[in-house]
Amino acid sequence: MRNSGRRFRSNGFGSSTKGDFATGFRIPTSLSSPGSSVRQVHTVSELTSLVRSTLESSFTEVWLEGEVSNLRAPASGHLYCTLKDESSQIRAVLFRTTATRLRFALEDGLHVVARGRVTVYEPRGEYQIIVDYVEPKGRGALQLAFEQLRTRLAEEGLFDVGRKRPLPELPRTVGLVTSLSGAVIRDMLTVLHRRCPTLHIIIVPVQVQGEGSAEQIAAAIRMLSESGWVDVMIVGRGGGSLEDLWSFNEEVVVRAIAASQVPVVSAVGHETDVTLADFAADLRAPTPSAAAEAVAPVLAQIVSRLAELSARLQQVVGRRMEEERQRLRLVTHQIAAVRVRVQEEIQRVDATVYEMSAAVRLVLQVGQDRMVRAHQGLMAGSPHSRVRHGLAVVPQLAARLYQGTRGIVEARTQRVQSCAARLHALSPLATLGRGYSVLQHARTGDVIRGVADVNVGEELQAKLIDGRLLCIVKAGVPDSLI
Amino acid sequence: MAAVKFEQAMARLEAIVGQLENGDLSLDESLKIFEEGIRLSKNCLKVLEEAERKVEVLVQDTNGKKQLRAFSLDDDADEASLEP
Repeated sequence: MRNSGRRFRSNGFGSSTKGDFATGFRIPTSLSSPGSSVRQVHTVSELTSLVRSTLESSFTEVWLEGEVSNLRAPASGHLYCTLKDESSQIRAVLFRTTATRLRFALEDGLHVVARGRVTVYEPRGEYQIIVDYVEPKGRGALQLAFEQLRTRLAEEGLFDVGRKRPLPELPRTVGLVTSLSGAVIRDMLTVLHRRCPTLHIIIVPVQVQGEGSAEQIAAAIRMLSESGWVDVMIVGRGGGSLEDLWSFNEEVVVRAIAASQVPVVSAVGHETDVTLADFAADLRAPTPSAAAEAVAPVLAQIVSRLAELSARLQQVVGRRMEEERQRLRLVTHQIAAVRVRVQEEIQRVDATVYEMSAAVRLVLQVGQDRMVRAHQGLMAGSPHSRVRHGLAVVPQLAARLYQGTRGIVEARTQRVQSCAARLHALSPLATLGRGYSVLQHARTGDVIRGVADVNVGEELQAKLIDGRLLCIVKAGVPDSLI
Repeated sequence: MAAVKFEQAMARLEAIVGQLENGDLSLDESLKIFEEGIRLSKNCLKVLEEAERKVEVLVQDTNGKKQLRAFSLDDDADEASLEP
């Protein structure tokens, strides 16, 4: 295969190699025979070259199984190690071109199956195998690479649960990093727009498998992340073999996802396919359609939620306002009642004040009256006053005395005259003057008023106007005049 | 990051409604956050109304400059040919 191009240098034996090969195996025999007559002495270089060309032509393609140890990776990019089993070991070299093609990392202790050719490193006289292909024993190289990268990135914390961000509830713009060919893009667009008809979608088309696809995917993720265009992105592809999906296990893609400024949803292959992109993503969707469902909210639900919140907001505040209004009314009523009571109190106070002032006035009046009376009494009783009073009274008394006296005289005169008249009217003298006489018992003087008052023979006296007659009763004759 | 703002607005709106429904705020505070809630709900509604259905694809033109171009499923066969 490529052994002819892989030599360090020409072995210097040119076309004689084949012949030397034939004699080469006999050399030890001849050298070991002390009694040999032909003594052929080689230089170290000659011998080494001889051994080398013999080995190189005998072991052009060897499959070798062993455990890696003493792995060294100097700056040259070549890899050096020892392959060993329980009892033996062989040095192994992987030149840079082989080393960079390795999908997994060689490491000490790793059990590998390698293919290569055997050669001799002449400066040291050591034989070694130059490996051009190596795979982990018992599993595929991809599998191992996957596990190794997963372990390494996990140790870096790229897959930490704490790094996961929630997806936006209502993304306005969604980025899709996927291939334009195939059903995946169609499915995602259908689901996205069914759920959220007003979604803005930006597609960054990429190759999702093959040479350079991982770099394309990573670049697309970085571009969307830095553009600020999208609120969330979906990175994915449809189903395929492990080899097909491999780009999503590449470190560059995983790192781009982990570094994204917006949440990333991974959707690679089918539900059973798990890639490192899934570990790094903020959400791993089992399929591209599921990713679309996870990213796009149902617009109708958000609209109705907003409507409900607005309604509740209005309702609760409306209710609150009504309550406050009622409270205000109640308080207003209470204040009005208080005002009435205050006015009543004011009236009572007014009344009390009035009564009190009346009482005080009364007391004052009484006091004043008493004082006035006392004053008057005092004044009346004062000698000065009495003198003055007396002085005023004297002429009055004099007048009254005069008047009184005159009155009395006149009254008496009148009375005398009236009495005299009445006396004259009643006087028996007048009656006697008219011819009447008064008959009296001569002895007693008693006036005789009837026949029955006298006895026959009794002496009677009859008074006349001008004297008396003594008479004896001869008989009593009753005879009523009236 | 309109989406983040929208969510914050919705979350705030939800919190406001909850607080108001709890009813242990003073009237002043209630009215203050009520106004905020009304403002938020209007803004959210505006965001929803202004959202526009659009599908674009990033393409590289002949000068190698990348730009967004409208994309529809009907002509996705044509667009697919633009895939680098």
